[in-house]
Amino acid sequence: MEIIKTENFTKKFNGFTAVDHISFTVKKGEIFGFLGPNGAGKTTTIKMLTTLLHPTEGSAKLAGYDIINERDKVRQNLGVVFQDPALDTELTGRENLDYHARMYGLNKDTRKKRIKDVLMLVDLEEKKDVLVKNYSGGMKRRLEIARGLMHSPTVLFLDEPTLGLDAQTRRAIWKYIKKMNKEENTSIFLTTHYMDEADYLCDRVGIIDYGKILVIDSTSNLKNAVGNDVITLSSSELNKLGKKLEKEPWVKNIKQHDTFLTIGVKKGEEKIPVVFEIARSLEIKIKSIGVRKPTLDDVFLYFTGRSMRDEEPENPFKERVRIHGRR
Amino acid sequence: MLRGAELQAIYVMWLRQMKRFIRSRSRVIATIVQPLFFLFLLGSGLRAAMIPGMTGDYIYFLAPGLIAMAIMLSSMYTGVSVLWDKQFGFLQEVLVAPIGRLSIIIGRTLGGATTALIQGFIILFIAIGLGVPISNISGLLLTLVFMVLIAFTAVGFGLIIASKMEDFQGFQIIMNLLIMPLFFLSTAFFPIATNPVMPSWVKTLSFLNPLFYMVDGLRGSLTGLDNTFPPIFDLLIVIVICSVMMTLGSYFFSKSEA
Repeated sequence: MEIIKTENFTKKFNGFTAVDHISFTVKKGEIFGFLGPNGAGKTTTIKMLTTLLHPTEGSAKLAGYDIINERDKVRQNLGVVFQDPALDTELTGRENLDYHARMYGLNKDTRKKRIKDVLMLVDLEEKKDVLVKNYSGGMKRRLEIARGLMHSPTVLFLDEPTLGLDAQTRRAIWKYIKKMNKEENTSIFLTTHYMDEADYLCDRVGIIDYGKILVIDSTSNLKNAVGNDVITLSSSELNKLGKKLEKEPWVKNIKQHDTFLTIGVKKGEEKIPVVFEIARSLEIKIKSIGVRKPTLDDVFLYFTGRSMRDEEPENPFKERVRIHGRR
Repeated sequence: MLRGAELQAIYVMWLRQMKRFIRSRSRVIATIVQPLFFLFLLGSGLRAAMIPGMTGDYIYFLAPGLIAMAIMLSSMYTGVSVLWDKQFGFLQEVLVAPIGRLSIIIGRTLGGATTALIQGFIILFIAIGLGVPISNISGLLLTLVFMVLIAFTAVGFGLIIASKMEDFQGFQIIMNLLIMPLFFLSTAFFPIATNPVMPSWVKTLSFLNPLFYMVDGLRGSLTGLDNTFPPIFDLLIVIVICSVMMTLGSYFFSKSEA
């Protein structure tokens, strides 16, 4: 069953197209991820699906309800964890959850039970009566995830769930996301620009860049598209070697970077001697060579023609500032 | 239509304001200390002064003005505090909930009005304790009506500002360039229309000032001293102003975050 279905979903801000005719589906029970750099249109898509923004064009259904004409039904069925924390820091964790539940029309007994359940899920029972302003960043994120689950939504949106968190906390958050996907049977739509995150969490990934979806598939299929193995090598006269290798039939794809080449192949170990042979025939000296399994980095590179690592240093406020500027 | 969930939402919005108010100790203290400061220092300092157009003690004149001012500033702050929620992202959390925008506005307005009225009552009690005369019981009841109307008007005005602005700097400018002059022209601190030394253009300006009718009405109903118009006349005008502000405030708020 499809939990989310969009058709030609589009958002324009004063002539700038942030989301460009995207169509995709999210299935019941799966973790679906949008992977793309900052400003690719991920947050705008979430804002439209959660009824905060009106699409300029196209339509979408969430849990079978139209996001424009059946807003209240849609809102009842979704939970969101925004990119920027959206907690009331002057209230305690329990109060934040309780107020949320009241707004979703949960009765007293259900509220009590759910608060207990979700706090247990994210291991915050002991901190429930502490003011949120005294929480750490990771605890706030966990509380937000718990809050998103309070009203047992059909689908939970997570916008960059681990942005700005340290490695250890990220691991913990991933664990909670997996756990709630399993225990609460919540479908999850998440956005991220972290390859490892998409790789670890998502059943299927959509790669999005400049407001367009380039490809949607399972993470393993995406990696297979690149080749079963990736050879990286650096040498003198990189250009020349690259041109020659490009013509080889066993090369699935090849990409030249500043100081190295990446080559998608099958059975990488057997191809290394072949590469050496070719290099020697051209009198090119190979400085280093290695073979590894492809990562989503390679996938992103393959479909967009550039590496996400080429992006400017991470700035969590960039996307937000841009959206504010467009209003 | 107000369903059960909508009532819950209104209640949550109200409760949140109350908790925040009680927990911010500095705000509670400021609420009590500031009017005391005004009443005692300004009141006793100018007690013996002869101000033209004024009968009786200066405190009698000042108290209704201070009540109006305290309610207005506090309510306006509540309206504008939507800006905080905008900046801290909390507004999004409220806007994705399956509740109507109107419930959000009603809850917020009630919350803001309640805190403002608490502040207003504190000054009222202190003023009565200091011997400010009360005209009669019906006048006291009318005073309460004015206090509520002033609170709603100011929340509405605050919502308009909050919907049109992105940060707090603009709010400061509006406070200094618009609200303070309006206060001075409202007869909150000194008489204008009954004051023979005031130039006539200042009088005209004060009659164009919405705050004037609030202060004048509150004074007329509470003490019945030195008010320019009969309180009922002020009441009608204030009801109109209040309706306009609340309507505009709700309209802009519901528009601003589409």
